[in-house]
Amino acid sequence: MTAEFGQFALILAMTLSIAQAGLSFWGRARRNGVLTGLGEGAALGAFGAVLIGFAALIWAFVTSDFSVVNVAENSHTEKPLIYKIAGAWGSHEGSILLWCLALTAYGAALSLARGLPWGLKALAVAVQGSLGVLFIGYMVLASDPLLRLVSPPVEGRSLNPLLQDPALAAHPPFLYAGYVGLSVVFSLALAALIEGRVDAAWARWLRPWTLAAWGLLTIGITLGAFWAYYELGWGGWWFWDPVENASLMPWLAATALLHSAIVTEKRGALPAWTAFLAIFAFTLSMLGAFLVRSGVLTSVHAFAIDPARGLLLLAILGAASGAGFLLFALRGPKLKDAAAFAPISRESALIINNVILTAVTTAVLAGTLWPLVLEAFGRQGGVGAPYFNLVVGSLMAVAFVVLPVGPLLAWRRGDAIGALQRLAVAGCAGLLIAIAAYALDSPRRAVAAVGVGLGAWLIAGAFVEAAERLRLGKAPWRESLRRAGGLPRGGWGMNLAHIGLGVFVMGAAFETAWKSEDAAVLTTGAGMPLAAFHLTLDSVTDRPGPNYDAERGVIQVTDPAGRGVCTATPERRTYATGGQTTSQVAICPRGLDDIYIVLGERRVAPGGGSSWLVRAYWNPWARLIFLGPILMALGGALSLSDRRIRLAAGRRMPRSQIAPAAAE
Amino acid sequence: MPWLPRSRKARRRLTLVAAAAPILALAVGLVLYGLRDSISYFYTPAQALAAHVRPGRAIQLGGMVAPGSVAKDAGGEVDFVVADHTARSMVTYRGDLPDLFREGQGVVATGAYNRAGVFVASQILAKHDERYMPRALTRALKAEGAWRGSGAAPVYAVSDDGRGGRLP
Repeated sequence: MTAEFGQFALILAMTLSIAQAGLSFWGRARRNGVLTGLGEGAALGAFGAVLIGFAALIWAFVTSDFSVVNVAENSHTEKPLIYKIAGAWGSHEGSILLWCLALTAYGAALSLARGLPWGLKALAVAVQGSLGVLFIGYMVLASDPLLRLVSPPVEGRSLNPLLQDPALAAHPPFLYAGYVGLSVVFSLALAALIEGRVDAAWARWLRPWTLAAWGLLTIGITLGAFWAYYELGWGGWWFWDPVENASLMPWLAATALLHSAIVTEKRGALPAWTAFLAIFAFTLSMLGAFLVRSGVLTSVHAFAIDPARGLLLLAILGAASGAGFLLFALRGPKLKDAAAFAPISRESALIINNVILTAVTTAVLAGTLWPLVLEAFGRQGGVGAPYFNLVVGSLMAVAFVVLPVGPLLAWRRGDAIGALQRLAVAGCAGLLIAIAAYALDSPRRAVAAVGVGLGAWLIAGAFVEAAERLRLGKAPWRESLRRAGGLPRGGWGMNLAHIGLGVFVMGAAFETAWKSEDAAVLTTGAGMPLAAFHLTLDSVTDRPGPNYDAERGVIQVTDPAGRGVCTATPERRTYATGGQTTSQVAICPRGLDDIYIVLGERRVAPGGGSSWLVRAYWNPWARLIFLGPILMALGGALSLSDRRIRLAAGRRMPRSQIAPAAAE
Repeated sequence: MPWLPRSRKARRRLTLVAAAAPILALAVGLVLYGLRDSISYFYTPAQALAAHVRPGRAIQLGGMVAPGSVAKDAGGEVDFVVADHTARSMVTYRGDLPDLFREGQGVVATGAYNRAGVFVASQILAKHDERYMPRALTRALKAEGAWRGSGAAPVYAVSDDGRGGRLP
């Protein structure tokens, strides 16, 4: 019965979304507060209803109710509980339900938000409701997550073993919360365009939503990359696969939006551009969902694809973003951009940031969709990683050179010479580290030197900015300490995020340049070299798991002096259901570095003895690659906590009048 | 400077364009240069033969792993034959094969032919899902008339996953 109850709740959610959109639009047109209030109530109701539907699906998974198609195809009684729950969003239908849950949750949050002007809020709730109608309608009519089977099987087909992993259980919820968080930004942009009020105040309301979506997306992408790193066993963490690009593109657009919204908020400049980016960012989110789910591009991460329904998703994407861009085309040119600024100013620095980020987004989009262009000309093919490394790497390097200068420039008219003088320390640090990196022997020393140097420049630049704000060394330390307490959290958040970026860049460059890889077929007792280390295969034993059988290798890692570094226990798991095998990578952390060992397949020698293919990677500074984005997300959270306080306090004076030195 | 426009607004616009133009020019240049070098076309063995793919050119080679052709040597290298209806191509690969690599199943290898006509693969497309078939391969199979519908075993495949059939 719970499944039918859930189905009913989802249909109710669609009806409530229609009511939400209709009542809010109507109420805004009639200037009737009761109607818009009902619209907000419908938004809360829609969220509640989708939540009930979602709970029903989780319940079906937890109780292994195989009369539900979704459960029968993606679950199994022997699966651990956490993966039974995670199986709920492992399928196409389940992930669409998760998407709708996030969409209505943001709709409910929007209708509970305070401080927004009445008209803008009503329209934003209405647009959010229209998105709900599109996506919940798609779910109810074409992708029912709770569909029953006529003759239920005794046992389910189980979730793909590669997905049975803690990082990947958490990856979709974060990713979708981020993707769909951009829907609020989209709704607010459309509402402001309809109202004709795209101004500084609007940008202030936009920013917390952008920050939240951006932070969640950052965590989601990082979890995905981390999963690819240790679950796939290929030694890498980013493959420029269409599915990965699909998550990167909205992130890049959201990052650009985060920065352009600052210009609009503080200076009232670039309102049209900010509104455009808001529409563009959510369009890329929807495009991501379409690319991932339709299988239109060949991907190594293709899960739960369905070309026929992909087309329907494309139609939804076309309807939603088409309406958005049409509205923008009608209203955008009328927006006033009053603020004036000099070529050297913080506005200009942020514009350079936006130009580069948009160019990178477009380049990634072009490379990702290029196979479709080829197909239109009757060819089939793909665009390899070298393209993305070259284009994204070079353009981002330009952005990183400019980045630390921006925050040190004043609004309207900046002092470039002064800013560069203050950054001299950071520049020297970056240069020295780059030279040191170049001096170390490596096959890709140029990449390493530029990357590591730029990373150091970013980190040092953020410290210089913070020191400037505290007047560290220029004022008595008591004064600095007092200032540290008074600084807005947004400023700290920005510096933390920029430090995180620097940490990531250093890690990525260092790992790319210095990683080494080796593979050998070993019998027990045999060994192989890896960089400066030595690996010895001690033994391989059988070890049964909850729903798989594993071969576990015990590998001793010793350093050049012969001292033991660690004992690695990589596994090769064979799942009874489906007969699929997965590799459980063993990672020995050594400071910032990883020794990464994969136990490959068993090979039986003609004499009858067994040997195993062992692949090992030495990934120096690999920890930084995942630490960096976490710092960035924390920076976002810190800024968000600042903004929440300010929003809760209602309309205070502009910050420039409270603390002249404090600017984000 | 007399050649600058008078109005403040127009002057600001000019600054914006001047700042954005070099970045966009760089971006377009990089995209064109990058695309020229890193597009790898998809071929089945027969198409590769017909097109006279020159040795060293990066391509994707797709087809069926010919049953009985997989030879794993003690040094970690794997040799196998990728076949379509009319042609076969010898492939050599160093590394661990993806978990779903099976004889008689579809495979897409990225790499290049060497001078001896052996395809040296740098990557074997690893599928995360046994129900999934690379799209390029699906199309090639359809063109050959060897396609048996989504999820069905291809024409020369021996189903060995023990699952048998699809759920209703």
